[in-house]
Amino acid sequence: MSIVVKVGLASCGVAAGAAEVYVTLLKYQQGGADIELKKTACIGMCFEEPIVELSGGSLGKISLGKVDSANISNWVDAYRKGEMPETNVILADEHPACRNTLINEQTRIVLRNCGVIDPTSIADYEASGGYTALRKALSMKPEDIVEEVKSSGLRGRGGAGFSTGLKWSFAARAQGKKKYVVCNADEGDPGAFMDRSTLEGDPHNVIEGMIIGAYAMGADEGYIYCRAEYPMAIHHLKVAIDAAEKKGFLGNNILGSEFSFTLHIKEGAGAFVCGEETALMQSIEGKRGMPTIRPPYPADSGLWGCPTNINNVETWANITWIINNGADAFRKIGTDKSPGTKVFALAGKIAGSGLIEVPMGIEVRDIIYKVGGGMKTDKPFKAVQMGGPSGGCIPASLLDTIVDYDSINATGAIMGSGGMVVMDEGTCMVDVARFFLNFTQNESCGKCTFCRIGTRRMLEILTRITEGKGEMEDIQRLDDLASNIIKGSLCGLGQTAPNPVLTTLRYFRDEYIAHITDKRCPAGACTSLLRYEVIPEKCIGCTACARKCPVSCISGAVKQVHQIDQEQCIKCGACYSACKFNAIRKG
Amino acid sequence: MEKDFSQLDEILEMYRGKPGILIPLLQDVQNLLGYLPKDAMRYIAQKMNIPAADIFGVATFYSMFKLKPQGKHIIRICKGTACHVSDADGIKEALIDALQLPEGEDTTQDMHFTLMEVACLGCCSLAPVIMIDDTTYGKLVPESIPPILERYAFEEKQ
Repeated sequence: MSIVVKVGLASCGVAAGAAEVYVTLLKYQQGGADIELKKTACIGMCFEEPIVELSGGSLGKISLGKVDSANISNWVDAYRKGEMPETNVILADEHPACRNTLINEQTRIVLRNCGVIDPTSIADYEASGGYTALRKALSMKPEDIVEEVKSSGLRGRGGAGFSTGLKWSFAARAQGKKKYVVCNADEGDPGAFMDRSTLEGDPHNVIEGMIIGAYAMGADEGYIYCRAEYPMAIHHLKVAIDAAEKKGFLGNNILGSEFSFTLHIKEGAGAFVCGEETALMQSIEGKRGMPTIRPPYPADSGLWGCPTNINNVETWANITWIINNGADAFRKIGTDKSPGTKVFALAGKIAGSGLIEVPMGIEVRDIIYKVGGGMKTDKPFKAVQMGGPSGGCIPASLLDTIVDYDSINATGAIMGSGGMVVMDEGTCMVDVARFFLNFTQNESCGKCTFCRIGTRRMLEILTRITEGKGEMEDIQRLDDLASNIIKGSLCGLGQTAPNPVLTTLRYFRDEYIAHITDKRCPAGACTSLLRYEVIPEKCIGCTACARKCPVSCISGAVKQVHQIDQEQCIKCGACYSACKFNAIRKG
Repeated sequence: MEKDFSQLDEILEMYRGKPGILIPLLQDVQNLLGYLPKDAMRYIAQKMNIPAADIFGVATFYSMFKLKPQGKHIIRICKGTACHVSDADGIKEALIDALQLPEGEDTTQDMHFTLMEVACLGCCSLAPVIMIDDTTYGKLVPESIPPILERYAFEEKQ
């Protein structure tokens, strides 16, 4: 019997060494082993990469994590004999395995094919139900499709949460000979990789969603605007578009109908603000990506002045499921006001970092402790950052907040596109706020004065606080600047830029005060406020620290307790790493 | 006398008369020349009848466009949130040390490496991450940097 061996070859897998594993398996196969070797993308458990799935044996389907190319063939042999490998089994359909719960807690609509099919094979996609939604849609009236999407309650997954069906109805109603649909894949939030994984793992699902949308709104041309930093996503999209054209899903008279649609890929050139829809359209037109005043909204006057609909990758990826299963089935998942699921990219100090899809309405606590497998180290949970530079931090006291647009907004954070960075007690919240302000002031396009100069002033204030040079009036200054930037900015970038500061001020004001009045960083993260001290009881006088110190400011004889001269110390931390007896205190 | 940029003509002809072409056109030119020299932008402006200010405006807006010659290998250091909380700064210092970059410079004197920061490489579970050309290196500590760089130095000598 032939054993099917599937290797996860998405960006994160390749970075972890999956390509070597694949080559080893290929040689193993060429050497006469009876295996069927297949490629897939990302199952979402990036922390277990490289991942190999085995099936076709008596044990049923099992997945191995942290696979080493040196012993992969032994594991395949064991599996063939019906022996469960002793280590590294992370998932098993018919047996207990350490990560089974991580998958079972999820509801997969957008990611249903990710890590399952070969994303470069249109046959694989069709075999799992691909392009049936398009056939069904073409038999429907365009206005009925818009109505179906409207009654599904799907809300834009790019962050703002506007009703997708309503947005479609504006573009469908707009007058114009030429209309466009656009997919926003300019995923720029640091700490977010949902769109990358979706496009790498199941490009056809997004393309099919766009074809259906174009038919419903009367568009005949579309663009996918994708970050150039995602070469594999772009490659998979190109392969998928070619295959769909050959099969007659794209092009003239799609599947014998009157409807024609062509799809292009536009590579972003590196500007965060281009995630904003009006800036994105400027960029597609080949100009500087600077936002324009709305109205007119893109639905009336978008690309080259034509009615245009823009949706995020994840929004498009929901469409085929809704058409196939109906709006009612979609509404059964999630909450009343936010139906369906949400994809999150879990990162930071969490054990199970990777990509997850959960039903709306789940508690943030459950995402972190059940789906995400809890904290990475012994340090306790401090906050989770949601929504990237536009979002905010949710503290431990609010962990029972449920995931839907309105509940998350009430905390001061935003749903955002889906980045979730988990922080522990070793993370300084003032430093996190400074990190995001540094990002937004770099990425501000410069059009609005408050965004351009205001974010810079906020960054300067935050920097001096983290250096111990802040004053109490700075907190009021931050508050004032924040409210003026929100009022005085044209687009989402500026209007949300102060959020990381506002939420940390709201939930972690003590930390700001500790930096300002005590000149102390409670998390021990701000270098200029750090102090390294020798703990006399633990120091055995081995001289290791003194030998490592680059400025020779540690004194003490052999077998005597050493001392650090605080005046000369440059806080490089070399002594801290050199000490084998934990005799140096950092804080 | 102005430099001769007639080698760009083939690219320019490919795009002539099409809408929204400036960004991909400049990308192609940069791929050919390695960066966007000022004179090349003037040449494109003249040939394509696009105001030079528009071209310069686009070239300075997007981080992908480089106005200075770049090193042979591009090192991208991820400054995403996950990397930031996992000591990306320490990795950056290790890179600057190993490359012996003078203050304010991003390219080594022998034009072998250029170091740049990027917002997020999307490999957050492997933080902290750097990317050299198309290869990603994850779960780094400052000590991992010298042996990684040596691979690239070693290849050259072979």
